Amino acid sequence: MTENTVQTQRPEFVTPVQKSFGVVQKPLTRWERIYNHAGIRKGALLIAMALIWEVYARKIDNPLLFPTFSATVAALWRAIASGVIPQRTWSSISVLLQGYGVGLLLAGLLTALATATQVGTDLLETLSSMFNPLPSIALLPLAVLWFGLGNGSLIFVLIHAVLWSVALNTHAGFRAVPEALRMVGRNYGLSGLRYVGLILIPAAFPNILTGLKIGWAFAWRTLIAAELVFGVSQGSGGLGWYIFENKNLLETANVFAGLFTVILIGLAVENLIFRNIEMRTVHKWGMQR
Amino acid sequence: MPEPLLDVRGVTLQYKTKDHLVTATYRVSFQVFRSDRFVILGPSGCGKSTLLKAVGGYIEPVEGEIRLGGEVIRKPGPDRVMVFQEFDQLLPWKTVKRNVMFALTASRKLSGKKAEEKALQYIEKVNLAQSANSFPHTLSGGMKQRVAIARGMAMEPAILLMDEPFAALDALTRNKMQEELLQLWEGTRFTVLFVTHSIPEAVRIGNRILLLSPHPGQVKAELNSTGRDETGPGGVTLTQRIQELLFGQVQGEVARHD
Repeated sequence: MTENTVQTQRPEFVTPVQKSFGVVQKPLTRWERIYNHAGIRKGALLIAMALIWEVYARKIDNPLLFPTFSATVAALWRAIASGVIPQRTWSSISVLLQGYGVGLLLAGLLTALATATQVGTDLLETLSSMFNPLPSIALLPLAVLWFGLGNGSLIFVLIHAVLWSVALNTHAGFRAVPEALRMVGRNYGLSGLRYVGLILIPAAFPNILTGLKIGWAFAWRTLIAAELVFGVSQGSGGLGWYIFENKNLLETANVFAGLFTVILIGLAVENLIFRNIEMRTVHKWGMQR
Repeated sequence: MPEPLLDVRGVTLQYKTKDHLVTATYRVSFQVFRSDRFVILGPSGCGKSTLLKAVGGYIEPVEGEIRLGGEVIRKPGPDRVMVFQEFDQLLPWKTVKRNVMFALTASRKLSGKKAEEKALQYIEKVNLAQSANSFPHTLSGGMKQRVAIARGMAMEPAILLMDEPFAALDALTRNKMQEELLQLWEGTRFTVLFVTHSIPEAVRIGNRILLLSPHPGQVKAELNSTGRDETGPGGVTLTQRIQELLFGQVQGEVARHD
């Protein structure tokens, strides 16, 4: 009480608050708006890199070791026009999709087992800690022994590349589903497959998507690497074989064109497919920024 | 006296932590009648949330039994809808309307157009009609809890179980929500079992208050409330009485330990 009286006395007041405002925001400058566009920023970076490449390659002037950007684009254009690259790409993609598909199916089964039983969890944890660090390509010699030179071996290593990352991420996602959501699901009488489909999978979708992306990247690089080792068996072979072939022919611009295609497909899948799925799901749901 | 809607008889609940077997409640009995606003009040550690989960069917009693309308409760079911304290009880991948519809369709109570109509009707009741198509992450905490309440009420359950639903809200919003809950109750007279650790909230919300003592939870008292914190025969308000019952005992225990 004494402290209160010691404090300085101040008059009370009530003040009217202004009701109508003019616009409290002002538009950004044109430069700021352009700069805010991620696509434009990244595009500018790509153009800058292409320019550096072109200038450097012209300076060293050795098309055998380092062709210019324009020569690479020209080679790529010729290869696309002649139908070689599209055909090789299709050959790679079709094998990739088969391996990816079977890998996802197995990952689904393994995760289901791990979610349902403790033994399944132990199995998944043990298997993935054994095999996840093992590069898929290291299994290729064994695959060739078992399945011969052909798509069978490629699909085998692809499954190995996809399976563990997808299964691990999905399982981690399932385990991270908030307790309240689980109880809500059971409250409304969900059980078994309906519970998994209506609660667990959507709730774990950010993790599942991460697994799918990592699995895709692993699969793509594994496939190209495996095709570099062999791939001639299928008559035409895929992109990896195209790169290897042209290296032997010392067609360096074509090697670059092949690498370019690999990069472009990677970018397209990441930015068109996965980015779109992300925007329509986890981003829209506020589960990921 | 009519048949009780919910009959909890001598219920002992235990759960296991990593290295202990914890007894949450010991031989707790109480009865909830139709249109009751029954509040379970007690300090933390009195097993009130565990008790509510047992009524929800998530935990099985080691002793005693819980009957709803004469039937023994064995598993979770849509006749006892729970509203949780956590904001993440809404499905983030569904809009407000879809969240409420989900309850109706998942439990196979209604489907299609009928589910939508019922959902909108209850969303209207909690004053969220304008946000029906918003995703939960765009709502404030109070709005999320309103959606959860609308979802629970749309099921028209035999009993609505509320586990400290307003505890994570700021004081102003909590006050408003308590008032709204009472208004909703005036409208439909649903039966609600409400768990809280706040004495003012219990006095305001409940018409009947069960006091539990902690470690393990045991019934301490069952009191009536008019919601206005009136002065009782002893010349003390209900709030003071509850405080004495809860903290008088705690002080006594401390003294004994000394």
